[in-house]
Amino acid sequence: MSRAEILEELKKVLTPYTENKEMLAGITEETDLIKDLKINSANLVDIIIDAESQYNIEIDFDSAEKMFSVGNCIDVIADKVNHSA
Amino acid sequence: MSRRVVITGLGVVSPNGIGVSDFLHAIQNGVSGIKFYPEFEDLKFNCQVGGFPEFEWEQLRNYIPETSLYGLKGKGIAFGIKAALDAWMDAGNEIYSEDTLWDTGCVFGSSVSDTDVIKTAINRVDAKESKKLGSRVVEQIMNSGVTAYISGRLGLGNKIINNSAACATGTQSILLGYEYIKFGMAKRMVVGSCEFVDRYIFGGFDSMRVLSRKFNDNPEAASRPMSMTAGGFVPGSGAGALVLEDLEFALARGAKIYAEILGGATNSGGQRNGGSMTAPGSAGVIKCIDDAIKLSNIDTEQVDLVSGHLTATMADKYEIDNWSKVLNRRGDNFPMVNSLKSMVGHSLSAAGSLEMVAAVLQIVHNFVHPNINLEDPNPEIVEIAGENNLSTKMVNKEVNIVAKANFGFGDVNACLIISKYK
Repeated sequence: MSRAEILEELKKVLTPYTENKEMLAGITEETDLIKDLKINSANLVDIIIDAESQYNIEIDFDSAEKMFSVGNCIDVIADKVNHSA
Repeated sequence: MSRRVVITGLGVVSPNGIGVSDFLHAIQNGVSGIKFYPEFEDLKFNCQVGGFPEFEWEQLRNYIPETSLYGLKGKGIAFGIKAALDAWMDAGNEIYSEDTLWDTGCVFGSSVSDTDVIKTAINRVDAKESKKLGSRVVEQIMNSGVTAYISGRLGLGNKIINNSAACATGTQSILLGYEYIKFGMAKRMVVGSCEFVDRYIFGGFDSMRVLSRKFNDNPEAASRPMSMTAGGFVPGSGAGALVLEDLEFALARGAKIYAEILGGATNSGGQRNGGSMTAPGSAGVIKCIDDAIKLSNIDTEQVDLVSGHLTATMADKYEIDNWSKVLNRRGDNFPMVNSLKSMVGHSLSAAGSLEMVAAVLQIVHNFVHPNINLEDPNPEIVEIAGENNLSTKMVNKEVNIVAKANFGFGDVNACLIISKYK
């Protein structure tokens, strides 16, 4: 799965958690989940849970703590997807 | 310094109507919100009828942000949000405020935090999947969930209190909000209560054999307060909400004023002398109503309408007897009396606030709503209350003062005196 493919999938995962749908449509790897998409920090937990089921992976605590920007999310997801593949 | 407290906004999520105009139409026309639920038959409940609002999650679409709506599962909280925000807008306010409203608080009551959400948590945790619970469980199983959602959405910064006193919750919550304004601690309070009776709470009452069980094939006839054939209450769900304001504050912003709360009281019989965990003792009930009347500076003759607790159990006749004693009125001289529960069932914590909204509407529109299903009133009740005061049809009549009371498990009583604003 390419980074671009993961990014498109990630948009779907993030959709319920941001009011800013316009910005979500145009996210890049630099987009910050909390600062830019104004996602409630408590919801990062839900995003991780949803990402786990979306990609059929397990994201450990240490990896989860790195997931604050779109690029970091893709790093973690790509790593786990490739490991389980 | 003592202030006058007026009602400037109403919101309601009732089994027989959501929103003030539907609810008004329903209570004027004796529309029942009681239905048969196959689920309860399936569960082998004795009582298989209930009163549930025709609520859909979509109805909250413009009330809370989409991100907040997503993941909201607690129906009691949802009813509370809808009623409270409707009352807030009815009072002429915008939902969203940029800054914290330090003068405005919230007292909202509930009995049980959402057991559907708790069930999800129990199942997940027991399956060793607590990791999948996510961030939205705690806020919905905490008792203060409903006040947290309401106050957060409106930006309320005064006292934010979740209140619980079983079936006296609604009336007591409104009384607390009234007192904070009356004694100068707040200018404005969003008050009310909510309840979602799910199968687990329902089952608990069913097992106590206090529910109506003989009308499963005729649900609209199942809730029969004060009737000869009353055989228990019908569980209901919903929420009622009011915006209370300091009179001067309301006048200064040009708010429309529905009615005034003259006073109220809440107490307990101490579970002594006939009072118990489940039964209200007469001495406490009488003292509570008497205190409310005295604090309101009215004469008992001025009460035009009694909005009773009257759930359709054995206790109805004792309640009427208590009203008669404290008001010192009997027979034709007894005020008119009605029970909203005949149409919507008994929604526990939400009962008091739903009935309070009904009381205000009867004052504003000058009518007494019908007691449906009271074709066969209990003769002992007729003897005390007089047959002309127990109408099964709506009565058009000037209603200046309503006395509203509820009594809850734990021998807790609450009474409010509401008046036309003059």
